[in-house]
Amino acid sequence: MSRTTHNRTDASDASPAADDSDADDAAATGTVLDLSGLTKTYGPETAVDALSMSVADGEILALLGPSGCGKTTTLRMVAGLERADAGTITLDDRTLADPEGGVFVPPEEHDIGLVFQDFALFPHLSAAENVAFGIGDRPAAEREARVDELLDLVGLGDHADHHPEELSGGQKQRIALARSLAPEPDVLLLDEPLSNLDVALRVSMREEMRRIIDETGVTAIWVTHDQEEALSIADRVGVMNDGRLQQIGRPERIFERPSSRFVASFLGQAGFLTGRVDGDAVETDIGRLDATHFPGLDLPDGTTVDVLVRPDDLQARPAADGTTADGRLTQRQYQGPSFVYRVETTEGDSVRCMHNHTELFEVGQPVTVDVVADHPLQWFER
Amino acid sequence: MSALDRLVAPFARARSRDSGLPTALVLLSGAIAAAVLSPIAWILLRVLEAEGGPSLLTHPSTFATSIALVAVVTGASVVLGVPLAFLTVRTDLPFRRFWTIAVALPLVIPSYLGAFTYISAFGPSGYIADLLAPLGVDSVPSVYGFGGVALVLTLYTFPYVFITTRASLLSFDESLVEAARTLGVSRIEAFRRVTLPQLVPGIASGALLVALYALSDFGTPNLLRLEVLTQAIWVEFNGFGRETAAMLSLQLLTITAVILALQSRVGDSTQGAYVGTRASTSDTTVALGRWKAPALAFCASVVTMCLVVPLGVLFVWFRRGSSAIGRTRLVFEWSYASNSVLVSVAAAVACALAAIPVAYLAARHRSTVAELIDRATYIGYAMPGIVLGLALVFFGVSYGAAVDDLSSVIGAASYLPTLYQTLPLLIFAYVVRFLPQSVGATRSSVMRVDRELTEAARLLGESPLGAFRRVALPLIAPGVFAGAALVFLTTMKELPATLLLQPTGFDTLVTYIWAVRESGSYGAAAIPAFVLIVVSALSMVVILSQEK
Repeated sequence: MSRTTHNRTDASDASPAADDSDADDAAATGTVLDLSGLTKTYGPETAVDALSMSVADGEILALLGPSGCGKTTTLRMVAGLERADAGTITLDDRTLADPEGGVFVPPEEHDIGLVFQDFALFPHLSAAENVAFGIGDRPAAEREARVDELLDLVGLGDHADHHPEELSGGQKQRIALARSLAPEPDVLLLDEPLSNLDVALRVSMREEMRRIIDETGVTAIWVTHDQEEALSIADRVGVMNDGRLQQIGRPERIFERPSSRFVASFLGQAGFLTGRVDGDAVETDIGRLDATHFPGLDLPDGTTVDVLVRPDDLQARPAADGTTADGRLTQRQYQGPSFVYRVETTEGDSVRCMHNHTELFEVGQPVTVDVVADHPLQWFER
Repeated sequence: MSALDRLVAPFARARSRDSGLPTALVLLSGAIAAAVLSPIAWILLRVLEAEGGPSLLTHPSTFATSIALVAVVTGASVVLGVPLAFLTVRTDLPFRRFWTIAVALPLVIPSYLGAFTYISAFGPSGYIADLLAPLGVDSVPSVYGFGGVALVLTLYTFPYVFITTRASLLSFDESLVEAARTLGVSRIEAFRRVTLPQLVPGIASGALLVALYALSDFGTPNLLRLEVLTQAIWVEFNGFGRETAAMLSLQLLTITAVILALQSRVGDSTQGAYVGTRASTSDTTVALGRWKAPALAFCASVVTMCLVVPLGVLFVWFRRGSSAIGRTRLVFEWSYASNSVLVSVAAAVACALAAIPVAYLAARHRSTVAELIDRATYIGYAMPGIVLGLALVFFGVSYGAAVDDLSSVIGAASYLPTLYQTLPLLIFAYVVRFLPQSVGATRSSVMRVDRELTEAARLLGESPLGAFRRVALPLIAPGVFAGAALVFLTTMKELPATLLLQPTGFDTLVTYIWAVRESGSYGAAAIPAFVLIVVSALSMVVILSQEK
């Protein structure tokens, strides 16, 4: 692995993750679903642009991105609800879509489950009838047993006869999940499954859903725009922007080693320090950051880079006087357990520093800033 | 009605805290509801007074004919209306907008005018027979009798099913079909298991309107000579068999009640329409492919039967009109039109005034009493015009008899006005019949006015009545006006009650057309018929502008 392949100069030239090869980031052996060069256009708009990725058996892949980035369109193409304009979708060696080859398998023959953003429960059917909807071809006894099993799995065994309008948001969500799991799909797709729930409910629901998916062992693609949700539930995260897959990999890897400024900014609070390469160290407004922060840095001296610093990477200290200060404290944000201070450096970079809630500084105070990160820092060439 | 109630239900819950009912408003609304319900009492009274007690099973074959007619017309309307709705909403049928309007337009032609033109076109020695005679065809299928009545009624009522089904299709959330398909269900299967159950309430509410119309229509069976209940009532009434007419009316009301009960069961067994949180992004239009030509032919033939034939006939009448008028004493006078306008304006104003307290009570104070009063005012929707007319004839005559008795006792009752065949009684009939239109429009406009506005006016020192007058009334005025306009337009074309209750010598457009039909010189009916169609078209515009 070479460092430079991980560092992009700009989000716009970031290419799909094909060359972002990292043993840990690639799908493990036993690929179930393979997307290759998948493209979808609506008139002049390219919703999904040559997207390629594979999903391993039993993993949960989160597809993360801002609204309109093409993640839902990707999901709908996999489900067979949209026709791809180019590229292929392969499920267990079975081609589901291949426009060039004239292949389009209708959704009912995909063996793929989909949990809709607005649940899409059939309002004229009870919870149990909703769950039984996709397994009507099984013998009655087996069908009932399967419905009971799933209702128990999602913890709604006593709500079997309730109609959707009598269920709360979280209960609807669980019935929708049970319904799509009932036919034992090869892959389960979830389209922003928590976005219609109260904020307070989301965290507990996502743990609950992760538990249910784990218990069934189904392979899942989970679309979301919530980075915290993606990082917490997924085995791997794919970040999308403007119809393209920016980066795909394990959550911690994506967070620590974002491949572009876009990915860095989209995950967590990102600040950037302008720096100048000097040997194997980088000169910045807050001083010289030495080689230990930048293993493998090999850029010509004088190259301008942006160094990614997150609030927990930095600490501010009150400066003895204005001449030794790195910058000035411009904002204080109390978050309960911690303070986040915004510091404007003398050259105009803006970074955040996270402190314990007991460390109270005043806005306007001159401060010096130290890097306290115990991990390598990511940089982006200008 | 039940669709409206379902719409209102959420508001009802939000207002359940409100318990205090203003006594004056309740009394006023209650009096209006009682007045509207009174015609039923007159019918019942007549039935009970009948010599030898009530015998409800008079005319069993007429009863059976009415039921069969309702069943056939309702069934045929569903068969025509549902596919047309599907074609115009969900397929790539060419000129969909045009067909949508053209297929709904037959509603603007009163069915008795349709029947009238069909006799002229298809009857013995009608235009079609004349056209075909030189070709050696000497008999066309008769337009008279059960077949003809069923055909004409279907052609002029199926748009109710078309419109309600269309609305259900438009509000249907496509993601439900997508959900079904990801669960391994084919497109056709998904239609049967998901789409259709969601459409049933819409189809049923359209079918209810068709059934009530088919049951209560008087003009079409009269013109096309079919002995149904309305026609039998008319015959008995004119033959002074008034007890029999009352009993037939009771039969008619019973069937009406059964139809309403059936509809409310269908409405209850399905859950409310599901509304998704976002519009479906996928294109779900069904490509017709090689079915495009047959689909177009289907739409075109329906529109030809409903619109082209009657309008063509009217046009021919119009062209020949001048020569036909020369041969008859029935010269059209514009005073008929002004008479129509006069009674219609009076009915509209009366309805608007009566609707305000009822609608205000129903919208602002949800309670059993308010709901009962509100429902009672809807009785006119279900009450056939001929029954209403008959009930008010009974009332007018009893009142007249009472006045006579009184004058023979005290000899001074000449001050008391008579009622039978007077304008006030005719206008009262219109109010009973069309009050629901006014209440509906007014109530929905009251609902849209935030009650906090009147509360604010109260806190600024206004009395309840002052707050209503200065704040609520200006805001609900558009709804009140729309309701009144609707009453005006439907009163213009009302036939049976007008025939029974018209003051002697007081002719309107409708009674003139009826007189022309009896004289056989159809050409004279062209102008009033066109006027009525324009008026009906205007009422459609009002209805559509309300449905925003």
